[in-house]
Amino acid sequence: MYKILEAKELAANIYLMVVEAKRVAKKCQPGQFIIVRMDEEGERIPLTICDYNREDGTVTIVFQTVGAETKRMAGLKAGDSFHDFVGPLGCPSEFVSEPAEALKKKNMLFVAGGVGTAPVYPQVKWLKERGIAADVIVGAKTKELLILEKEMEAVAGNLYVTTDDGSYGRSGMVTQTIKELVEEGKHYDVCVAIGPMIMMKFVCKMTEELGIPTIVSLNPIMVDGTGMCGACRVTVDGKVKFACVDGPEFDGHKVDFDQAMKRQQIYKTAEGRALLKMQEGDTHHGGCGQCG
Amino acid sequence: MDVLKKVPVREQEAKVRAANFEEVCLGYNKEEAMEEASRCINCKNAQCIKGCPVAINIPGFIEKVKDGDVEAAYQVISQASALPAVCGRVCPQESQCEGKCIRGIKGEPVSIGKLERFVADWARENGIKPEGAKEKNGKKVAVIGSGPAGLTCAGDLAKMGYEVTIFEALHEPGGVLVYGIPEFRLPKADVVAKEIENVKALGVKIETNVVVGKSVTIDELLEEEGFDAVFIGSGAGLPKFMGIPGEQANGVFSANEYLTRSNLMKAFDEDSNTPIMRGRKVAVVGGGNVAMDAARTALRLGAEVHIVYRRSEEELPARVEEVHHAKEEGIIFDLLTNPVEILTDDNGWVNGMKCVRMELGEPDESGRRRPVVKQGSEFVIEVDTVIMSLGTSPNPLISSTTEGLETNKWKCIVADEEFGRTTKEGVYAGGDAVTGAATVILAMGAGKAGAKGIDEYLRNK
Repeated sequence: MYKILEAKELAANIYLMVVEAKRVAKKCQPGQFIIVRMDEEGERIPLTICDYNREDGTVTIVFQTVGAETKRMAGLKAGDSFHDFVGPLGCPSEFVSEPAEALKKKNMLFVAGGVGTAPVYPQVKWLKERGIAADVIVGAKTKELLILEKEMEAVAGNLYVTTDDGSYGRSGMVTQTIKELVEEGKHYDVCVAIGPMIMMKFVCKMTEELGIPTIVSLNPIMVDGTGMCGACRVTVDGKVKFACVDGPEFDGHKVDFDQAMKRQQIYKTAEGRALLKMQEGDTHHGGCGQCG
Repeated sequence: MDVLKKVPVREQEAKVRAANFEEVCLGYNKEEAMEEASRCINCKNAQCIKGCPVAINIPGFIEKVKDGDVEAAYQVISQASALPAVCGRVCPQESQCEGKCIRGIKGEPVSIGKLERFVADWARENGIKPEGAKEKNGKKVAVIGSGPAGLTCAGDLAKMGYEVTIFEALHEPGGVLVYGIPEFRLPKADVVAKEIENVKALGVKIETNVVVGKSVTIDELLEEEGFDAVFIGSGAGLPKFMGIPGEQANGVFSANEYLTRSNLMKAFDEDSNTPIMRGRKVAVVGGGNVAMDAARTALRLGAEVHIVYRRSEEELPARVEEVHHAKEEGIIFDLLTNPVEILTDDNGWVNGMKCVRMELGEPDESGRRRPVVKQGSEFVIEVDTVIMSLGTSPNPLISSTTEGLETNKWKCIVADEEFGRTTKEGVYAGGDAVTGAATVILAMGAGKAGAKGIDEYLRNK
């Protein structure tokens, strides 16, 4: 069992939990992820690592409720436990193995969208701890859905916040901010974009035009997370890769996003049905278009 | 009774079982077992023992069954095997013990597998446990993976007095016995969990949720966590795909994914939180035991199921019993057929599979006749789900993070057969991680060899 030491709602339907997981806390690096299972009946849910404390043996996770299972998980409180918490999984970000001197010469831009802000944070923090200041763009749909702003501000070189509806910070999509920064004369050697698949797709389109190499972190459907099932396969540069062992980070300009987005839909109907069943219980008798 | 024939074993009727996940074979009762045991002629130079990868004293335990002393029979078996209830169900007896049985020359061999199963089930139902070590020797061994190789190695070492910890990557111990082999062939709660409890009763600790190579490395286990030796039984690895167009479409799964969802995550149960695709018409590509398991699972989830295999029936690598059961249940065999493309609708979902007909040519390096494409034989099978069951390639998680551990050209860990010795001192390996995908019993044999190797190494250290 893996004890939850802290649990809070960061924004509507976005939750942060600090979990005691000594082995993961000791080994995890920026870019990696974990899989949790809430209880004996729980589904295996892959989640990004938002922060870790090696001394305390804790790992911070952030997740958004998207289906029945994450909705159930949102009900967990400090003092409760996860039945399973396994990791770290996947490969660390490439920059982790680069010499600090080489990294210091690079201008890095991080682009975080929505709940994707969580996995960007430990990467920027890791760089900051080594004296490297990276620029960060954080995008959210609206002011209420913005997360980790203060935390990010403390570790980023420059932080640019933008909301789709203009309710806070800049107005518009993250791609617009990228374009504006470059037009202002900023030069970036590498961009790391993490967020919804559709955001990463359009960031990659933009950075390709701007000639900025871009790394994305994919979050496809997974079961075991160790390479055994192949559910997470994605096409990168025409080759089949398993996100759990070959990734989750890939060269964004080579990822087949359209295929990856389609593959994310595989269990949508089943998930929707499970969510409705949970929300409406026996009172739900069809008509939703999802069941039957 | 006809002494040339096996005492028939009771089974769930094909039509009934095709719609449930309960065990197909019901096994012998004591009377039937004693009758079957009386067919054994107790050969002095027993060939069956030579056919058994863990060298169970087969005539010895059968003799005890004949006398009606099932507990004594269980102790004979458990000297050699930690998982008799599993082996009695999933071993390919026809090519091992029963394949060598003298009775088989003029009639049917003794039903050794069914007798082993009876003894193990009886012992479980009557609360009989294997005997553990009297004293601990104070030495620690780490075993990676809790599948058949790891459990056997751990059980043997614990019996010798070692302090053993198994590290399992998934949330439940059992490896392929839990995620791979379906409930209707190997019941999880009644059989697998109980055999694992027996191994734990010998003093073996199991830590789940540890991915060796990620959560901790082998070098760290040896240098920081105080283990004196390590056995790697991490299993087969990454599923293979064909590399044909359309293979990433929605509705194409590896057999590993499909079976893991159904077996480990219990997705066959409507109340499970894990979803599974319940196809209407399913093609399973491949002809091994895993393909049969996937096909029979899909059938039970309500589909019309086709096995698509490029060679003929004779070359099917699956156990004879699995093929027989699959046919009885209504699985359709499209033999000498090979997929060339998976077709999709506008939304990226599978709606068909283009195949070609094959014919058998000259034998290839495996000795089997090589299938050759019949020109102009292309046709389309209408399916909504395709399950690829083409074997696996080794998982590099351990080999790539362990200094000095050599792999061969197929990326399998190099280890000798007799002792499981790898190229790294104190590290032993066996099972699918070494041989590539094989059987439960061969992995158990390798686990035994590893235990012997580790014992010898630590006694001389």
